[in-house]
Amino acid sequence: MKNFIKFFLLFGLWLLMSGMLTPLLIIFGLSSVCGVMIIINRMDKADNYDLKIQLNLLQFVYYLSWLSLEIVKANLKVTKIILSKTLPRNQRFLKVKYSQNSDFFQVMFANSITLTPGTISTETEPEYFLIHALDYSPEDIESLKEMDLRITKLEKGV
Amino acid sequence: MQNLNFLFDIISWTLLLAGSFFIIIGSFGIYRFPEFWSRLQASSVIDSLGLYLILLGLGVQSGFTFVTVKLIIIGLFLFLTGPTSTHALANAAFISGLRPEEKLETN
Repeated sequence: MKNFIKFFLLFGLWLLMSGMLTPLLIIFGLSSVCGVMIIINRMDKADNYDLKIQLNLLQFVYYLSWLSLEIVKANLKVTKIILSKTLPRNQRFLKVKYSQNSDFFQVMFANSITLTPGTISTETEPEYFLIHALDYSPEDIESLKEMDLRITKLEKGV
Repeated sequence: MQNLNFLFDIISWTLLLAGSFFIIIGSFGIYRFPEFWSRLQASSVIDSLGLYLILLGLGVQSGFTFVTVKLIIIGLFLFLTGPTSTHALANAAFISGLRPEEKLETN
């Protein structure tokens, strides 16, 4: 059953990407989907770890819209720094604690940090992320904490 | 109908021009900053706002077609791989002992 779902998803993706329905291309598509299926199943056996994601889609979309607004704001900040004459910057490494339990949401938090210009997650430790900030100010920590809270909320599905 | 097309053209060109603006700013930043860490930050302007504005502009330009679906898929993949590659680069630099310049004083 699981294999059927995988097959239809992959083949659907192929059809969407090619958009052509000649027999030759469909045969190519089927054979490459079969190849990918074999690789996926072998990888599943190799690491024996299945990822279970419980994500409320509506909340996720809400989070994404909030994130894109933050990205636009941060971009304008960095643009201002680049265009100013003296390149005013105050580079720091920050330790930011994370409160997510699962790998998936920790990755989401770290990637969201990297996605906003001005901050890059450099190193992951058992309790915190090490983050490089281009122009450090105390408000940055506040906004990072808010991001952390929002993602934890997303994880719990409240 | 003519007016609607004109409106879509205006929207998509505004988005494309804004995207190009941010890509130019990012490249300019990579050129202006003196060392690795700040250059990395400048490049993230390109792969966050510049990229998505261009993709959005192209999506508006193409309307509801296969091309838009492909653009959305490109956007999704880059949403996952962009930050990951930036993190890999930063992490490699951090592990090999590169640190930002000590506190920089500017007037």
